[in-house]
Amino acid sequence: MENIYKKIDKISFSLLSPQQIKKMAHVKVVTPELYDKEGYPVEGGLMDTRLGVIDPGLRCRTCNGKLKECPGHFGYIELGRPVLHISYIKAIYTFLQTTCKECSRLLLDEESTQKYAAKIDKLKTSGKEELIPKVCKLVRATAKTVKKCPHCKAKLTPVKFEKPSTFMEETKRVTPIEILERFEKISDADVMLIGVDPRFARPEWMVMGVFPIPPVTMRPSITLESGERAEDDLTHKLSDIVRINQRLFENINAGAPEIIVEDLWDLLQYHITTFFNNDIAQVPPARHRSGQPLKTITERIKSKEGRFRHNLAGKRVNYAARTVISPDPKIELNEVGVPVLIAMELTVPERVTEWNIDWLKKFIKNGPKIYPGANYVLDGTKKKKITLETQEVILEELAPGQIVERHLLDGDISIFNRQPSLHRMSIMCHKVRVLPGKSFRLNPSVCNPYNADFDGDEMNLHIPQTEEARAEAEILMEVETQIMSPKHGLNVIGCIDDAVTGNYILTKDETELTKEDAVRLLISVGVEDSETLNSLKKKISGKQIFSAILPKDFNFVHDKVIIENGQLKTGQIDPKTIGEGNGTLLRDIHRNYSEAECVDLFGKIFKLGIAYLQIRGFTITTSDADIPEEVREKARAVIQDAMTSVTDIIAQYKQNRLKTFSGKTMDETLELMVMQKLNETRISIGKMVSKSVSEENNAIIMSRAGKGNIINLAQTSMIVGQQALRGKRIERGYKNRTLSLFKEHDKSPEAKGFVRHSYKNGLNPVEFFFHAMTGRDSLMDTALRTPKSGYLYRRLANALQDLKVEYDGTVRDANKTIVQFAYGDDHIDVSKSENGTIDIKKIIEEVSKK
Amino acid sequence: MDASFDVTKHTLVPKHSKLTVEQVTKLIGEYNISIEQLPRILKSDPAIKTLDPEVGDVIEIERKSPTIGKAKYYRMVMNG
Repeated sequence: MENIYKKIDKISFSLLSPQQIKKMAHVKVVTPELYDKEGYPVEGGLMDTRLGVIDPGLRCRTCNGKLKECPGHFGYIELGRPVLHISYIKAIYTFLQTTCKECSRLLLDEESTQKYAAKIDKLKTSGKEELIPKVCKLVRATAKTVKKCPHCKAKLTPVKFEKPSTFMEETKRVTPIEILERFEKISDADVMLIGVDPRFARPEWMVMGVFPIPPVTMRPSITLESGERAEDDLTHKLSDIVRINQRLFENINAGAPEIIVEDLWDLLQYHITTFFNNDIAQVPPARHRSGQPLKTITERIKSKEGRFRHNLAGKRVNYAARTVISPDPKIELNEVGVPVLIAMELTVPERVTEWNIDWLKKFIKNGPKIYPGANYVLDGTKKKKITLETQEVILEELAPGQIVERHLLDGDISIFNRQPSLHRMSIMCHKVRVLPGKSFRLNPSVCNPYNADFDGDEMNLHIPQTEEARAEAEILMEVETQIMSPKHGLNVIGCIDDAVTGNYILTKDETELTKEDAVRLLISVGVEDSETLNSLKKKISGKQIFSAILPKDFNFVHDKVIIENGQLKTGQIDPKTIGEGNGTLLRDIHRNYSEAECVDLFGKIFKLGIAYLQIRGFTITTSDADIPEEVREKARAVIQDAMTSVTDIIAQYKQNRLKTFSGKTMDETLELMVMQKLNETRISIGKMVSKSVSEENNAIIMSRAGKGNIINLAQTSMIVGQQALRGKRIERGYKNRTLSLFKEHDKSPEAKGFVRHSYKNGLNPVEFFFHAMTGRDSLMDTALRTPKSGYLYRRLANALQDLKVEYDGTVRDANKTIVQFAYGDDHIDVSKSENGTIDIKKIIEEVSKK
Repeated sequence: MDASFDVTKHTLVPKHSKLTVEQVTKLIGEYNISIEQLPRILKSDPAIKTLDPEVGDVIEIERKSPTIGKAKYYRMVMNG
């Protein structure tokens, strides 16, 4: 708290009074013209040189400042007739409703006026200012209901608001002139009671008689390549306003008929409305000649493309690239494949020294168009572009101290990112690997932390430009430092798909390879020491090959998987040991070896799986879903059993004999019982299927290691099972039935979405329909949930973004106020734990062993 | 609602107690903070009604914690 010496307590916003507008103005604008024939700004025009400078070299005629020194100055115009300010239209309405049209007093009798005033006074003196708005709200609500003025006894007609900016009393329009007259008469005390502080905002200031012209610095014109000047949208709008205003004046002075004047008045109101906000319902947006809507004041500020989210909260950078991503299992985990085209555009600044000058000269000789080349040379403050013409001069002048911006090379540090960046693993540091092609290549294992797939995803690449930035990226953000997730202490990076399946099959007890195959496999994976390779015998088991890549001092036990001194003794490698999220083997390696060794070993395991699967081959066929006839027979009996017991339950229900569960109605009980029965059947059939199928079955292998689940096989071969909508059996459709071919109140499984056939044997039309229903529902669900949860997360992250764990273990916000007294109550850094806990026993055992 | 209902007896309401002046000074010293840097609790909070809290008092709350069973939290009483 000591560092804060001035703190913003409050900000008060107020309205500009006509006097203030005139006082801050330096120019009275009188003509809609911008430039004269020579192209100079017209005096008294919208680009008057007293409104500020936008051209370099010129000086402001008001403050004599140069470009960037002069902040710009306001001008003003006198409006022919007053106009309502669109942003205050609601407030104007309230004032019209709560004050008398004759005497302009608040529509409350003397007594209650005094009562409310006293209340507000009391709140003010007792320091409870925040409650005043509530009293004012009450005042407004009561005043709105009054039908006769308690002061001048005038009979009141209710004011009606007609969008966007007209007010009617019965059939008569209340013109802005009348509004202005009424508002001017309202006393300060009444204004206060209605809820507006008259020191900062008088109601009549919401009706504009003079209009401020913003400085040219906030609406600069751009000079196009053709030499033409293109004016800002605001300037266009302002010239409309000034033009119509002039015509209005002329017509009034010439004594034109009231209809014409009123038409022009409405037009002026339209232009001023759209000047402030061009996105109002009922108001057609003002457009360019091309038809695209003008971007006026509100549009500059509001929403995603507005000043806040786009310019203030959003940042843009150089040395970045974005393209489609695709997988490459042959590159390392911490590498990113960069297309040559991008590598020639992104550069690394390299300071010239006497030791690297010859090396850097090669890049300059290649120039910007031949791959490993260079684009610029920085000599002090000069930036020299390398071209065919300048190349020789630059080469000659090249001296230590200059900086060469050379193309990306293999091994350069880069930062790789995929939006939405929801956690810290969404942006990691990778080593560059320049590759042909046009997409970024990444190891499929890092898809999980980025949440990326290859259906057209794009990712961003950044090249840090200073030594410090590169060091920081390497130390804090390298992929190998991010393997353990800070949210649960498990590995976010692991083997997936082919890599798991390959290792699973390889480490099966029966797997055996010839020496030739084994050597080829190990070399392709990157095992190159001849000792290991020579020690291989004629026939080698899969477990031995897997052991060959493990470090010699590695010990590991998990269920049946036992590794002793780097030898896999028993057990089969599966997702539980090397998969993502819960790979215990990977976690042990990560804990016991350095990060470099860890990544190297991980890469080898991954490549071994893929390479072996490539030799062996892997596919799935329809016969994988063939189930022996006796098992099918048994399953049919199970289904039949279930059906009879369900019929039985329904019969009990119909006779009202069903015993209800506590807290449930009879109907609910029936549903629960039937659902439970049907689920049981599917589970028991699933078990029968997995028992009857051989270990060689491809679908089983997939479900154990790789994609898929045993349920998929059961659904394909035996029974699809109950289709559920929102956790219930299907209910919707016709009155008291799902389809017209069922009787009303039919509670039987087949009438409520039970699919008893398998995908392989085919669904009947009714089943197919129910299946399509749930399929469509889940599709809709995912499509709608993603953006909703995304926004939810954005709000949560914004609310928590400055919470931080301090050195004393407390969680504090930006003001250093405590939010949690001990991080997670137990001070445990989750990323250094295992699933949130630290196994002290295990640590002691391991330490005492050594 | 029944006026005689005592929220402090409810299973979901953690135990609240008032710290003595000495305890407060010790706490402040331990975390090297001023009492303003503690989280707040309203004077009118039903859970501390029976403790007769004054603005500026510190309330100790013994909460259930999924990680260590019971965790102590402290809040400064504020107006409202």
